[in-house]
Amino acid sequence: MKAAVILFPGSNRENDVVRAIRQATGKQPHIVWHGETQLPAGTDLVVLPGGFSYGDYLRCGAIAGRANVMDAVRAHAARGGLVLGICNGFQILCEGGLLPGVLMRNRDLRFICKMQHLKVERADTAFTSAYTQGQTIKVAIAHGEGNYVADDETVRRLEGDGRVAFRYCDANGHLGGLANPNGSLNDIAGIYSEKMNVLGMMPHPENLIDPLVGGIDGRGLFNSLSNSLAAVA
Amino acid sequence: MVRAEPEITPALVAEHGLKPDEYQRILKLIGRTPTFTELGIFSAMWNEHCSYKSSRLHLKTLPTKAPWVIQGPGENAGVIDIGDGDACVFKMESHNHPSFIEPYQGATTGVGGILRDVFTMGARPIACLNLLRFGSPEHAKTRHLVGGVVAGVAGYGNSFGVPTVGGSVNFHTRYDGNILVNAMAVGLAKTNEIFYAKASGIGRPIVYLGSKTGRDGIHGATMASASFEANAEEKRPTVQVGDPFSEKLLLEACLEIMQKGCVIAIQDMGAAGLTSSAVEMGAKGDLGIELDLDAIPCREPGMTAYEMMLSESQERMLMVLDPAKEKEAEDVFRKWGLDFAIVGKTTDTLRFVVKHQGEIKADLPIKELGDEAPLYDRPHVPTPKKPVLKSSDIKPPVSNADALIRLVSTPDNCSKRWVWEQYDHLILGNSIQQPGGDAAVVRIGDGPKGLAMCTDVTQRYCEADPVEGGKQAVAETWRNLTATGALPLALTDNLNFGNPEKPEAMGQFVGCVQGIGEAARALDFPIVSGNVSLYNETQGRGILPTPSIGGVGLVDNIEHTATVAFKAEGEVILLVGTTIGWLGQSAYLADVCGREEGAPPPVDLVAERANGDFVRGLIRAQQVTAVHDLSDGGLAVAIAEMAMAGGIGAKIEAASGLDAHAWLFGEDQARYVLTATVAQAKIIHDLAAKQNIPLTTIGTTQGKSVQLPNETAIALDTLSHAHENWLPNYMAHAG
Repeated sequence: MKAAVILFPGSNRENDVVRAIRQATGKQPHIVWHGETQLPAGTDLVVLPGGFSYGDYLRCGAIAGRANVMDAVRAHAARGGLVLGICNGFQILCEGGLLPGVLMRNRDLRFICKMQHLKVERADTAFTSAYTQGQTIKVAIAHGEGNYVADDETVRRLEGDGRVAFRYCDANGHLGGLANPNGSLNDIAGIYSEKMNVLGMMPHPENLIDPLVGGIDGRGLFNSLSNSLAAVA
Repeated sequence: MVRAEPEITPALVAEHGLKPDEYQRILKLIGRTPTFTELGIFSAMWNEHCSYKSSRLHLKTLPTKAPWVIQGPGENAGVIDIGDGDACVFKMESHNHPSFIEPYQGATTGVGGILRDVFTMGARPIACLNLLRFGSPEHAKTRHLVGGVVAGVAGYGNSFGVPTVGGSVNFHTRYDGNILVNAMAVGLAKTNEIFYAKASGIGRPIVYLGSKTGRDGIHGATMASASFEANAEEKRPTVQVGDPFSEKLLLEACLEIMQKGCVIAIQDMGAAGLTSSAVEMGAKGDLGIELDLDAIPCREPGMTAYEMMLSESQERMLMVLDPAKEKEAEDVFRKWGLDFAIVGKTTDTLRFVVKHQGEIKADLPIKELGDEAPLYDRPHVPTPKKPVLKSSDIKPPVSNADALIRLVSTPDNCSKRWVWEQYDHLILGNSIQQPGGDAAVVRIGDGPKGLAMCTDVTQRYCEADPVEGGKQAVAETWRNLTATGALPLALTDNLNFGNPEKPEAMGQFVGCVQGIGEAARALDFPIVSGNVSLYNETQGRGILPTPSIGGVGLVDNIEHTATVAFKAEGEVILLVGTTIGWLGQSAYLADVCGREEGAPPPVDLVAERANGDFVRGLIRAQQVTAVHDLSDGGLAVAIAEMAMAGGIGAKIEAASGLDAHAWLFGEDQARYVLTATVAQAKIIHDLAAKQNIPLTTIGTTQGKSVQLPNETAIALDTLSHAHENWLPNYMAHAG
């Protein structure tokens, strides 16, 4: 698997996701500077890491969504290539037109960093095959703007097409109430594109890959990618 | 357009915070009336914050050396050797006055400043901590200040991308008009790649890097060197604005050009901005510096020499670069979108010369600017000793079970989850022990080594007895590191005190420094960096003396550390250390009985060391299942915290010969609670007997409640509810 991690000024979780990819694949991903206009030849997976691109002084992800390199990312996605956006990466995917909707300020108007459980909605995608459908996993969240909002029609389509990837839940897999940390519509923590090849998610699976640091439930996502790309190759 | 500069009058001198005799010193030193710009430069260099004129004499008594200390106080941060060619770089610094005036920006720039201090030395920051002190929860401003400061600490650290892993938050009415915001940063470097401020080589270009210079923060350091009056808000324009995004870029750019070997000397522009950084580089290298202000990247047109020299705009660096690699360095900075300008050169004149628009605005002897700063031996009187209280004289006002519920829910002892959940404490993926324990443990790279770190001080002890309080702050820090299994290596201190011109306040400072020195010597725990913040006084009332201690310890193997949580039912609970039931100045006396009285617990440094070394040995040999140090609230609070963290209850036995409330809530020092399996406990007892360590079996882990001797059991849910809810409820209440 050939992965490219895009580095925007202000990205700050790029090394976390590089570590997770390396652990799953044994290979070091390429780091691609935001000013580039092309991805390395043969790129299978593009990752937009967490952080505060351009300081997020405008709407989160708004400037990065329009960076040079995003044309190449959009072309990659249009060809059916895999794209994973985590946290700020999810915000960038929404701002860059690759995913619908927008991430608003958290319900309580505060940044939240904590362990958070998610329900895996489906296990038949390139990102989730190592999980089981309906599985509850523990990952981390760390965001101030993770409150997913979209118009009714968009949400209906996301739900109808099975494009909700993960939902916030409690340790027992129950949805709703305080299990939803940021007020996201329908407890949505991550969504797929129409062709299921682009995933945007607020939580950080890349920080749960180590039994000494909270657990290893995040590994499944990177193992899924590794497996699905190995199958292709 | 050149604006006419004001005439130097006694009133103008006073406005610059310079006393008449200090001004006479300037006249004598330069032999003429200073220019307006020069007066500004002197005020920046000679204020308390930059010159340590009241504290220097006493700081010299502190132990700062050990075989593992690479750099002690005097540079941007301290550096210690942690083996395998790795160095740990760390420091703590205050941003008290700005944070009271504008809590969000005051806190952000405090965090930004300390991060810059660490990466200026060539280290990549791996963790931040803090120590916050707010006024009484009932005070009208407290809620606003807590919200703003916490959001500011979070806003900077989260965006910069370093985990904030630990800290301490307390409340007391003596901070009503003067809160404390102390920020600590810890970084990693290679022992052979540490960078210093000392310039070398004549005629080398001085390079300005980072953000542009604006009018913000002018006289910030002078403000930090004066007491507050009621009109503190009027000083808001002297607070700088933080930009973590620029700092993140500056970090990456600086580390990149250091890696490429471009940097000869580097100094961040912190307090007193361009003035202090340029003078420091020259003076340390025995060189003169000539600055051409026409080349300074400015945020707005028309800035005067005076304004540029005193601006405290953030996210700026000054460097001397290897001339052969100047272009390479410039390319790196341009890539990151940062300013890069040659603004001067080193000279052999030992003069600090500032030119602007064809005029010489300042021409001063560079070494004397620092060396000849005033040095005061301020009059000081010791704090009168307080009587030792007997537990039999303190009648319990409520049952011990009720007292425990109250103690876990006080503003000081309640869970600070509401605070640390706003800090990204997980980024970088190395946070082995996260906020809420005795100390944080952060893995170094892929392991197996780790660093433990924490911040501590018990200000009510310092107020009652500065010497014992100073000792206790160091001992508790050492104990918290030890409780994770780490070997404490060195500390940074942030000495927050009142007005040094008052003998009582100066006496508190002198006493605490003495205590810190004694403990640091006895525990082989040298001071490698620090900061002094005096004049923490509002309308004549000083803060509690608060010498914050930030400690760092080394964990050899992160798989062999201990946490506070009970791990299983049916385990033996052991107490290391001697309990006589010391209630003077205890949390019990203050928060349950409503009395802040008596002498604080004495610190026996020999016992402290022996008990700590014993506990660390057990952790490293994996002979214990949980460890917690005893501090505020004594044994009962420690047990409750261990139970809540593990979701497992405990039954505690009575101690013969002690009043129950003294046994449960006494704050005797040098103590730890451990849990162990029955088999391990037997071995631990044998070891303790051999090494002459006081060890008592005090109970068993069991069930879902905490059972104190002769009391109704308290359900864990009741304790947790009380512990977790005070702060969120307080902050949710419309102020």
